[in-house]
Amino acid sequence: MNAVVLPRTSIWPRRWQRTLLILIAVAFMLVFLLLPLAVVFTEALAKGVQTFFVAITQPEARSSIRLTLLVAAMVVPMNIVFGIAAAWAVARFEFRGKALLGALIDLPFSVSPVIAGLIYVLLFGAQGWFGPWLNAHGIRIIFAVPGLVLASVFVTLPFVARELIPLMQAQGSEDEEAARVLGANGWQMFFRVTLPNIRWALLYGVLLCNARAMGEFGAVSVVSGHIRGLTTTMPLEVEMRYNEYDYAGAFAVASLLALLALLTLAIKTALEWRYGDDLAAHAPGGH
Amino acid sequence: MTLELSHLTRRFTDYPALDDVSLEIPPGEFLALLGPSGSGKTTLLRILAGLDYPESGSVRREGRDLLALDARRRKVGLVFQHYALFRHLTVADNVAFGLRVRPWRTRPKRADIAARVERLLRRVQLQDMATRYPAQLSGGQRQRVALARALAVEPDLLLLDEPFGALDAQVRVSLRRWLRELHDEFGLTTVFVTHDQEEALELADRVVVMNRGRIEQIGTPEAIYHDPATPFVCEFIGKANRIAARCEGGKLVAGGLVLGSDPWDGRHDSAIVYIRPEQFVVAEPDEGESWPVCVRHAFRAGGTMHLTLDAAALGQVLEMDVFDGERPHGAWHHGACLRIRPRHVTVFPDGIGPAAALTREPRIVAPATQPVAAGP
Repeated sequence: MNAVVLPRTSIWPRRWQRTLLILIAVAFMLVFLLLPLAVVFTEALAKGVQTFFVAITQPEARSSIRLTLLVAAMVVPMNIVFGIAAAWAVARFEFRGKALLGALIDLPFSVSPVIAGLIYVLLFGAQGWFGPWLNAHGIRIIFAVPGLVLASVFVTLPFVARELIPLMQAQGSEDEEAARVLGANGWQMFFRVTLPNIRWALLYGVLLCNARAMGEFGAVSVVSGHIRGLTTTMPLEVEMRYNEYDYAGAFAVASLLALLALLTLAIKTALEWRYGDDLAAHAPGGH
Repeated sequence: MTLELSHLTRRFTDYPALDDVSLEIPPGEFLALLGPSGSGKTTLLRILAGLDYPESGSVRREGRDLLALDARRRKVGLVFQHYALFRHLTVADNVAFGLRVRPWRTRPKRADIAARVERLLRRVQLQDMATRYPAQLSGGQRQRVALARALAVEPDLLLLDEPFGALDAQVRVSLRRWLRELHDEFGLTTVFVTHDQEEALELADRVVVMNRGRIEQIGTPEAIYHDPATPFVCEFIGKANRIAARCEGGKLVAGGLVLGSDPWDGRHDSAIVYIRPEQFVVAEPDEGESWPVCVRHAFRAGGTMHLTLDAAALGQVLEMDVFDGERPHGAWHHGACLRIRPRHVTVFPDGIGPAAALTREPRIVAPATQPVAAGP
């Protein structure tokens, strides 16, 4: 986004007012964001680097890292497929219930993650609607990996679609029509024209989706059952260690999660800086 | 390879975009679809391209149903108003796109594609821009890339949607002459959509004037300008003075001047007369058959004087153009009074409802001294 130079008129704050506003914002960031982050890393390393490495290489820790990566690796592709399909439908077609679809995409943002988790327990749990049938066929969803994936898909559903819809609406379908008239079939049109046009916004959505999938606690906590080494993802592992007064261990795993978040932030910022024009959120005009 | 469009109708939710449109396009023709926005001209173009479909009617090429073919199999080149260049591809890759997406059996060899792209880029004078991206080009250059991209697939039919709409005036004029040369050189059949009548009249072999989804007139630029078929064409093409006239005793009369004999033999009481500003001549003071007028404003534009005249006999203002070469009477200044008469007028019956007045019985008559000429 371009820097906006504010005109010096009476409606804009005086110099001291401006300084005060900036100070408040910076102080807020320091206290509520940077300080906790610093605490995570200092606590993680408080008992020495040795303890830190022991904490994150314990079997439970390694299994939680593996599980978190596995869940993200399944959730992100599902989200890409759904996100592109939903964005395509909303941006390119007129159909009954289009407004409803648009509203439903946002639903996971407004529903508490705990409720999302409970919904799946009600559906697939032992006492749930499909519980007896699933049980009879030996399929485990709740308190198992499929439940974790379902809950994560639910909470991350909007990320990719939300990035793509405004961009695809702004770009319109002329490029795709041009490709069709030039003789491209559907797949060629998609891979040679549509996808390149939305690639940076898609990557941006994938990053946000990935960060959320790895960091999700509420929904996952409900469906996990907290079986050590089997169904605990990293956020759950952090909580369990904390509850067991293993502060160094909790913060060690937490610091890994924080590192993931920082990495996401860095890539996201780089994307915004380099391809800001192609990202819907930052260029309402599209191109 | 004549293209036959017959009885095409396309309806959007609340208005007809095309209403029973029939048209024949012979090979090699440069055809303009001219009309105001919402007249259906772009819808017609999109139907030819395969991007839109009519509710009824047919399009045939060599007797074969074109509508049954998918857009990608029609061998049509389309240039969009805003070019729709692929922004992630270089100029050369944009031009090569239509060749590279072909199935491998019909796809030219890599070297052949490169050669054809280079030849086309040289033809549109962009050989030095091959590795640039669309964002690095000017509007006129983008337009030429879009054209080269459309021509690369050797289309049977070239379609252009407002091809010069997004360009500034100077580039526009030079580019349209160039486009006409290209059309003749490649032996193309070209259909282009425009709302700019000057463009249509200058470039096209034939012009199709459209209004509210219907064809008002199809004809050469001369016919469209000099023998307009409907009041809409009169008012849309060029400037025209609109004057109410009466049919009295076998004569057509306006403001006390007999314009000619009644072309309808008393079937209509009143008529609407259109006179183009350059169709007025200054009459000698003693000539009876003329209107007395006084100059209200005089504007000079190059070698032409545009006059606004008060015509008391008609109770209205007239626009008249006088070219320097044919200026018989000194300076035109505010308040000067003179007598004028029309050389050529176009008449339509009035008072029988707008639908009937649209297409029925246009007549072109000349002033009293000359014989009456029948319209198309």
